[in-house]
Amino acid sequence: MTDFFWLVGCLINNMKLNELTLIEAVKKLQAKDISHAELYQEIQKEIAKKNPELNMYLTINPEAEHEAEKLLNTPLAGVPIAVKDNYLTKDMKTTASSHVLKNFIPPFDSTVIAKLKHAGGVIMGKTNMDAWAHGSSTETSDFGRTKNPRNPDYLPGGSSGGSAAAVASDTCIGSIGSETAGSIRQPASWCGVVGLKPTYGRVSRAGIVPMASSTDSPGPIGKTVEDCAVMLNFMAGKDPYDATTSILNVPDFTQFVGKSLKGMRIGVCYIDHPKIIGTAAALSIEQAGKTFEQLGATVEQVMLSESLADGRILNPNYAIAVYTIVQRSEVSSNLAGYNGIRYDLGRGEFGAEAKRRIMLGTFTLSKGYADKYYVKAQQVRTLYIQNFNQLFQTYDVLIAPTSSMGYALPLGASKDNPMFGELEDMLLEPSTIAGLPGISIPCFRDETTNLYLGMNIIAKQWDEQKMIQIAHAFELATTWNQWVHRSA
Amino acid sequence: MQSSLSFTTSDITHISELALIPVTEEEKTRLADGFNTVIKVLDSLNQIDVSGIEPTHHVTGLENITREDIVDEARMFTQKEALQNAPVSYDGFFLVSRVLDK
Amino acid sequence: MDTKIYTTIVGMEIHIELATKSKMFCGCKNDPFNAKNPNIYTCPVCLAMPGGLPVPNRQAIEWTIKLGLALGCTIPLFSKFDRKHYFYPDLPKGYQISQFDQPFCKDGIVRVPEGDVRIQRVHLEEDTGKLQHAVVDGKKVTLVDFNRSGVPLVEIVTEPDIRSGDQAKAFLKKLHQIIKYLAISGADMEKGSMRLEPNISVCKGAFDGVLPSYKVEVKNINSFNFVKKAIDYEVSRHIDILETGELPKQETRGYDAANSATISQRSKETAEDYRYFPDPDIPPIRFTKDQIETIKQTLPELPDDKRIRFSQSFGLKDSDIDLIIDRQEHADYFEKCIDVINSTPAFDRVTPYMVAKALINSRGVVRVSETEFVQAISDKLTDLTIDPLILVEACRKITEEHHDAVESYHKGKESVIMFLIGQVKKELKGKGDAEKIKEELLMQLT
Repeated sequence: MTDFFWLVGCLINNMKLNELTLIEAVKKLQAKDISHAELYQEIQKEIAKKNPELNMYLTINPEAEHEAEKLLNTPLAGVPIAVKDNYLTKDMKTTASSHVLKNFIPPFDSTVIAKLKHAGGVIMGKTNMDAWAHGSSTETSDFGRTKNPRNPDYLPGGSSGGSAAAVASDTCIGSIGSETAGSIRQPASWCGVVGLKPTYGRVSRAGIVPMASSTDSPGPIGKTVEDCAVMLNFMAGKDPYDATTSILNVPDFTQFVGKSLKGMRIGVCYIDHPKIIGTAAALSIEQAGKTFEQLGATVEQVMLSESLADGRILNPNYAIAVYTIVQRSEVSSNLAGYNGIRYDLGRGEFGAEAKRRIMLGTFTLSKGYADKYYVKAQQVRTLYIQNFNQLFQTYDVLIAPTSSMGYALPLGASKDNPMFGELEDMLLEPSTIAGLPGISIPCFRDETTNLYLGMNIIAKQWDEQKMIQIAHAFELATTWNQWVHRSA
Repeated sequence: MQSSLSFTTSDITHISELALIPVTEEEKTRLADGFNTVIKVLDSLNQIDVSGIEPTHHVTGLENITREDIVDEARMFTQKEALQNAPVSYDGFFLVSRVLDK
Repeated sequence: MDTKIYTTIVGMEIHIELATKSKMFCGCKNDPFNAKNPNIYTCPVCLAMPGGLPVPNRQAIEWTIKLGLALGCTIPLFSKFDRKHYFYPDLPKGYQISQFDQPFCKDGIVRVPEGDVRIQRVHLEEDTGKLQHAVVDGKKVTLVDFNRSGVPLVEIVTEPDIRSGDQAKAFLKKLHQIIKYLAISGADMEKGSMRLEPNISVCKGAFDGVLPSYKVEVKNINSFNFVKKAIDYEVSRHIDILETGELPKQETRGYDAANSATISQRSKETAEDYRYFPDPDIPPIRFTKDQIETIKQTLPELPDDKRIRFSQSFGLKDSDIDLIIDRQEHADYFEKCIDVINSTPAFDRVTPYMVAKALINSRGVVRVSETEFVQAISDKLTDLTIDPLILVEACRKITEEHHDAVESYHKGKESVIMFLIGQVKKELKGKGDAEKIKEELLMQLT
C-alpha cells in the first residue's frame, strides 16, 4: 500500500492517528509520514474525551510528547505506551491502585520499563487496575472503577482493566499489563483486544508490585497479535535482578508470523465443562476450531477428566482451589512489608479485598494448616503440570474460551463476592499455575451490546512463537480484530 | 478451629493479629462468613489423592541462580532517595514511634 | 543445695556476619559498622521496595559450606531458602529470608577438652536493619537504619551438649578460632559481627536424652566470659527454683553485665508462627559431590590439624603451640620464621623453641619481617655466646655458693634449677644460653 492510498483511506474512513497499530505507528513515524506532535495530539484529545468517564488512566505523563521527540531513531520510535500502575516508574507516581501507595514516587524504574524506554517507548500514563491486582474486574481499585470502552455499562475485566481499556479505546498505541491468573488475558477478552501472557520467567518481575511470586507474568496488551509480539521482543530476557528469569536466549517472537498452520494439531478444551457447555463462548471456540481446520490444522476436542488421564484435560475446578491458596498465601507474604515506615501509608489503608486475601493467605500458611492447604495445593499444582506436559506431546496448542463467564459482566458484578476473581478466571488458572504462555484474541462480537468473546490459545513452556503464529493466522482469517480489518 | 471449618469471629481475631491487619468487630463477622464460603471451595482438594506427588514450588526448573560478590554502585540509593517516600524521617533515619525490644 | 544431682543442659545459637563485599541478596555494600551515615547502603531489595527481588550471593553460600565443612558437617546436595514471617520495624519485608528444613550444613562437631559439642545445623540468612531509641521533639521514638539490612548472616545451632559455663566458653573460643582461620567474618562481638545466645535448662539427676520441658534463652551477651557467667548464674537460679518443686519459667532473659546476672524480659504467651514456606523468588541450590569436594580443597589447615603437625615437626609443647596457633597469622609467621632459619646458615643456632618463646613473649604484636625477627633472636644468641669454660666455671661457683638450693634439688625439688640458672645468668651478666646453662648445671649436680 503506498502512502497515497493510505492517506486516502484515512480520509475516507475518518481514521485518526491514535487508531494506528504499534507497527503502523512506528513505520509512519520513521518514514516521517506523521510527526510525534500529530500523533500525540490525537492521543491526548482522545484521552481528554474518554478518560473522565472510563477512568482508564490514573496518571498521565505530561512530558510524553516531549520525550517522544527525541526517540525517532529507536525501534519503538517514541510511541505512547499505557503502563499498568503496578510497574514502578521512576519519578512517576505508582500506586497499584491502592491508598496504601497513593503518594509513592519510586526512585527507580522496573526492569521492563527500563527496557521499553531503551527501545524508544514512551510512558503515556499509568493505568487503573484492581488494587494490588486482586481481582478480575478493575472494580476493586481504590481510585474508582474503570468502564469498558466497548460498552460503558460493563466492566473491562481485570486486573489489567485500565491497560486493556486504553487499547480498546485507542488512547494509546500499545500497553503493558501483568497476569497472575487471567489478569492480562481476561480483560483483553472483555475489551476485545489482544492480551499476551508470556511463559512465567520469560519477562522480568523486578520492580513490579508483586502479587503471587510464583505465577506473576508481565506481558503486553495490544491491538494486534503482531503488536504484542513486537512488544514482547523488547520486554523479554534474563534479568540479573530477577533470579526466576529464564537463561534461554530471547527468540524473535514474530519469526513464524505468516507461516502456514498445515500439519499443526490443535486441542479444544473446556467446552464440555458444565458451566461452559452450550454457551456463546463454547460455540465461538467450536467455530474457531473450524477456522483452524480450514487453515490446514487438525482440530480435536480434549475431553475433561476428574483425574490425570492421557489425552484428557484435568477439570479446572481444582485449579481454582490451587490458585486461590497459592496466590493468597504468597500475597499475604508479599504484602507483609507494608508497615507505613519506608514509603507507604500503613496497613490500615488496605481495602476490603486486600484484607480478605492477606488474611486468608495468612491462614493457609499458618501452623497446623500449611500442610493441608499450602503444601497440598502445590502438590495438586504438580498434577496440572504433568497433565499439560502429556497433552503437549500430542498438541501444538490448546484453545479454549478465555472467560468462563463469556462476555463482560455489568458494572457492580464483582461486589460482595469473596471469590469473584478466582471463579471468573477458572479457565485460565490451570495454565498460569503451570507457568505456561497463553494469548487471548477476539473471536466474536455481539452486535447488540458491542461486547466481545475471547479465545485463549495456550502453548507449552517457552513456545510463545507457536501460539503467536496460530493467533495471527486466526486474526487474518477472521474479521474480529477491528485493527486488522479496517473497512478500508 | 477444625477443618471444613467454621470460622468464628475469634478465629478471625487470631488471624488478623497474625497478619497485622486491623479489623473492626463488624468486619470480623463479614470476614468469617466470607472465609466460610471460600473454605468450602478450598476443601475440594480433599478429593484428590496426591500420595507420592512432590509439591511444585518453582515452575521454571531453574537452579543455582546466584550473583557474584560485587558491589553494584549504580543500583544503590542515595540517602535522599531511600528516604524520599518515608512518611516520617529524622536526621537520615526512618522514624517510628517507640517500639518494644524484640 | 547439692549441685551434683543436677545436670546443666545448654545449647548455643551463634550468628556471624559474613565479610563479603556485597550483601546477601543484593549488590549493596556490606559495611554497616563503618558507614558514616544511616541509610546510605540501600537499594530496592534490602529496603524492600515493591518488586525488589533477592538474588543470592554465591560467595556467601560457598563460605557457609566452607564453615560447615570445617565444623565436620554433612553438606546435603540440595538446599533452598525459605521465608520466615514476623513483623518488626527492622525487618523491611515483614519476613526474613532464611533456611527452614533444608539448611546448607548439618550434623557437625566441635571438640574441646571439656567435652565435644555437636553442631545441629549451619544455615544462611539475612540480617535485619538496626534500631536505635531516641527522643525527638519530646516524644519517645525509634530510629531505623537499613545499612545492615540484608547483610549475610550465618546461624550455627548446637545440640544441647554443653554441660557448664566453662565448656561453653571453650567451645566458643574454638569456634571463633576456626571462623578466623577461614577468614570469612570479623567475628567481632563489639562490632556485632558475632552474636551469642545460650539456651539453658537444668534437669534433676543425669541427662537421659529427654530435654526438660522448659528452657531459658539469654540475650545481650557480648563476650565469651559473659556467656560463662550467664550460664553459671542461670544454672544456679534454675536449681534454686527446682529445689522448691517448681519449674523455671520458659522465657527470654537479658544479661546484665554490671551485676553478672540475668533479668526477665517480656515473655511471650504463645510461640511464634513463622509461616515458613520456600521462597518463590529464589530457585533452589543443588550441588554436585565434586563441587563440595572442590570447596573442601580450599579449606586451610585447621587448628587441630595444625597442632598435631606443629607438635610432630617442631617438638613444641601443646600449651606453647596453642598460643602460637591462636591466629592463623601468628602460625604462618612462625612457620615463615622456621623457613628463614632453614634457608639461612647464619641462623642455624636459632631453634623453633626460641622462635616460639619470642613470639609468645611479644603477645602477638610483631611489626618486623620474619627475617628481622629471626635476626634479632640470632643476635641475642651471639651476644650470649660465651666461652664454654667460663660457663662451666660460673656453674661451679653458683652450686658452691648455694648449698641449700643444691640440697633441695637433691631432695627432689626440681624447680630449684630455675633459680640456679638465674643465678648463673646473673654471674655471667646476662650472657649464656639458658638451655646450655641448665645442661651444665644438671651435669654438675648429678
